[in-house]
Amino acid sequence: MLAIFLTTVVLLFIIGFYYLVTTRNLIRILIAVEVLLKGVTLLLIMVGNKNGQIAMAQSMVITIIIIEVVMLAVAAGLILGIFRHTGSLDVNEIKYKKD
Amino acid sequence: MNDFVIYILLGLLVFFALLTVIIKDSLKAVISLAAASAMLTTILFVLDAPLAAVFELSVCAGLITVIFIAVISLTKSSASEDETEPVKRRFDRYLYLPLILIAVVVILLSVKPFYDFFVVSSISGEDNVGDVLWNIRRLDILGQIIMILAGVLGVVILFKDNIKK
Repeated sequence: MLAIFLTTVVLLFIIGFYYLVTTRNLIRILIAVEVLLKGVTLLLIMVGNKNGQIAMAQSMVITIIIIEVVMLAVAAGLILGIFRHTGSLDVNEIKYKKD
Repeated sequence: MNDFVIYILLGLLVFFALLTVIIKDSLKAVISLAAASAMLTTILFVLDAPLAAVFELSVCAGLITVIFIAVISLTKSSASEDETEPVKRRFDRYLYLPLILIAVVVILLSVKPFYDFFVVSSISGEDNVGDVLWNIRRLDILGQIIMILAGVLGVVILFKDNIKK
């Protein structure tokens, strides 16, 4: 059972990291971070369940979710600002554009 | 029976995460991410973590999806690379991902390298999330309050120019 859970966590990490590395779209980079955070959430709860520390694990997951939302809200605002300035969401295009 | 349900849920979680990555339309990718969140919520319920599950469902599957959809609709006129690139190039880019995943599954399930590392039998902890948050991890609460305030201030500053205009 533990092996299946840890394999799933590793798969989520690989999917998220692969996406993070390959995509150039800013919104999709955020989606990749979300996929990585799903893996972290699952890992924390699974380890908490196995060790009899589920309350501690839940409190950590709640903290992570709050940080995730704040991070996403600020990142969304930044993406909108970048889009209004440059008219693009492509990282490569934004990198070489000047005001 | 219970194990079988968990395996199906874990499989669906990986499937929706993979779909999020491979799918071309950003909106559909976000909906797939919300479905992955729903699967994770069910897994958390099965693992006796109802409070984390409720947070996951309401915040990750709800609020975050709404934020993503809002950002996508506000930047819809941008022809992003992911939606305009040719199908073949996209296929080439994600060709190796399923192969890597299959290889990792085979390796991890056959070798079982470090699983004992995660299980510690001699810990006795609090049973109640409220007790943990208010007695043991008070600093986390303070950190969360500061994070939320910082986030609100950040959003206000980001939209300040637009309000003035």
